[in-house]
Amino acid sequence: MELILAQEVPTAIEKFANATYSGLALGAIYALLALGLVIIYKATQILNFAHGALAALGAYFAAYFAVTLNFPGRYVSGLPQTLQWVLSALAAVLAAAAVGWLIERIAIRPMIGEPLFAVVLITIALDIIIRTITDDLIGNNPRPLGTPWGSEVVELGPGSIAKAEIATIVVAIACLIGMAWFFRTRIGVAMRATAFDQEAAMAQGISAGQIFSLAWMIGAGLAAIAGIFSSVFPRSVGVSAATAFFAFRALPAVVIGGLDSITGAVAGGFIIGLAEVYAGAYLDFSFLGTGFAGIMPYIVMLAVLLVRPYGLFGTEEVRRV
Amino acid sequence: MRSRPLLFTSYESEMAILPTWTRRVMFVFLMALVVLIPLQVIPGLSFLGDNDWLRILSEVLIFAVAALGLHILSGLTGQVSLGHAFFMGVGAYTAAVLGGEVGKATIGFGLPMWIWLPAAGIVAALVGALVAPTAVRVRGIYLAIVTVGLVFIGEWMWRNLVDVTGGSQSGRRFPPLDFRLWKEDVPLISFSSDGPWFGIELSGEAKTYFFLLVIVIVFALATKNIQRTRTGRSFMAIRDRDVAAEVMGVPEAKSKAVSFAVSSFYAGIGGALLGAFVSRLIPESFNLLLSVEFLAILLVGGLGTVTGTLLGSIFVVTLPRLVQDFSSLLAETADSGSGIMSSIANVFVSTGPDDLGLISTAAGNSPGLNVSQFNLVLYGILLIVFLVFEPLGLYGIWIRIRNYWKGWPFTY
Repeated sequence: MELILAQEVPTAIEKFANATYSGLALGAIYALLALGLVIIYKATQILNFAHGALAALGAYFAAYFAVTLNFPGRYVSGLPQTLQWVLSALAAVLAAAAVGWLIERIAIRPMIGEPLFAVVLITIALDIIIRTITDDLIGNNPRPLGTPWGSEVVELGPGSIAKAEIATIVVAIACLIGMAWFFRTRIGVAMRATAFDQEAAMAQGISAGQIFSLAWMIGAGLAAIAGIFSSVFPRSVGVSAATAFFAFRALPAVVIGGLDSITGAVAGGFIIGLAEVYAGAYLDFSFLGTGFAGIMPYIVMLAVLLVRPYGLFGTEEVRRV
Repeated sequence: MRSRPLLFTSYESEMAILPTWTRRVMFVFLMALVVLIPLQVIPGLSFLGDNDWLRILSEVLIFAVAALGLHILSGLTGQVSLGHAFFMGVGAYTAAVLGGEVGKATIGFGLPMWIWLPAAGIVAALVGALVAPTAVRVRGIYLAIVTVGLVFIGEWMWRNLVDVTGGSQSGRRFPPLDFRLWKEDVPLISFSSDGPWFGIELSGEAKTYFFLLVIVIVFALATKNIQRTRTGRSFMAIRDRDVAAEVMGVPEAKSKAVSFAVSSFYAGIGGALLGAFVSRLIPESFNLLLSVEFLAILLVGGLGTVTGTLLGSIFVVTLPRLVQDFSSLLAETADSGSGIMSSIANVFVSTGPDDLGLISTAAGNSPGLNVSQFNLVLYGILLIVFLVFEPLGLYGIWIRIRNYWKGWPFTY
């Protein structure tokens, strides 16, 4: 009896390790979302409020390809389950990127250089449209994504971590390294040049329009990856209406890091993720009520902005008369 | 020559609220129109006077009050805020606590409206002034995100202050719209029950409409007047070029803080009226979508003008009803079963699991969006269409018409 009790109540170090693992996994998701937001912002000077909707749409695509359609499995039999799922997920990411491209061509391209007000509202309008359609596609119940890991948990050091969380962290780090590599390629350099000075880049023969499209595709793809991992165990049973709202918490991550800093986005993502999980694990005072962990990102953001109005890594805007 | 739109012969005439005769005539005409609507005496428009439409028009008026507040902050001062819903929540719950019924599960002091309505605005303005020092430090898109944070923090706060808000399950009741001197049982003037006013028999809805109409006129005039004061001009100077304004001696931080507080005052009044009008609200009502609605109002109407703000309120608030009517009309046409119109309508309407269509009118899991979803999608599409094709909004369309006639018969 006492033995069972001892197992059920984790020791302080176990609790800390578990919280850290799940904070890192959550941070990885936020970092992916923030990375997409920053890439889009740097290329087009537009903050994408529709990022959460894109994440939910990507996760829906994954659920549709992997579960409803059984996408690679129905054509090729005998593939290992993990590979099948990864292929479905990749197809979902590509589909989301295609949606990102479409959005850029239809709604964003005419708005380049318009006042901030219009630009904010247009992505919010996109968010409303995509979110509503995704909600309708998902239906009333959350749609499971049918991951090969299910709800398996492995022991790691003093605590335990879900296999899906390991996958999240690994994929996130792979994406970060991939993006770092991408920015050294020819196209990546072109994108950096466009972000730095649009006219000068165009004078060098870079097509700014193509760069905008590419940025939106990358952003939407990263959002889809984040959406997929935020709607699997242990975060959720499947993709639902909540997936889209979840991504609003990545906005503080971007602000903490500074809107135009890729390093900042990643750092901000992990800071927010850890802060949220630690708040959930340790700040269980009754006066804080329910759901305090969910607003922790915003509180961290306000605290950072009070000290540094352009985020930790952001470049300060030079104000000229 | 006398009434050219841009010709002014004195400072007074340029600063006048209604500078030209056209505007004066139109103003009188519109005032007559809005007053006569509930009396159902205008041929062709009498349907607007039934109780159903009067409730929608009352909502338009409430949204107009809060939208005028955002007009001051975003339209005049140029600060994009998504936190308007939070300040509306502050106002609404201040009103609920001061005016709510005594002895219920939620706190209420049962005070009359002449206390709770101004108090809602003042408390919201104080909270706005409290937030302002943080908000004026950040600019542009950073401010938009910070105010998003404000809405989420506010939502958490409302959900957990169960004594004040009644919690997410049932919400709480708000005080009714009626005028009492103190806590007497029978109100001196009730704005929500049927009865005669000055010998004319009026429904409760019509009375609510008239009461809100007076408030909107007062607040619209106040906004117009703020624009003409030193403070209002300092707002616009900051909007147009903040550094230049500072160089000329406009205190930037102070002006922004004042703008925040004034805007929150309007939001607080709007929130209190909304609560009283709907009579029961859950804490989640004051969410980001509500804030977005006000940005949409400003933008659809035309940024930076009072007229545009009022036009935008009419458009954005009546849109859901129009879409609903339109989709039920489509469904009826599709059901009628014969003729080319029916076939066209049938393409858009889905009536069952096997019927593909854009709008689903059947209950259950049929393809297509249900009416409220279709509404949201259409709302989003309309916003995008406005932003891309008519960035000046409804007011911009009016300007274009006016400019055409200004130069008539020449096109330039």
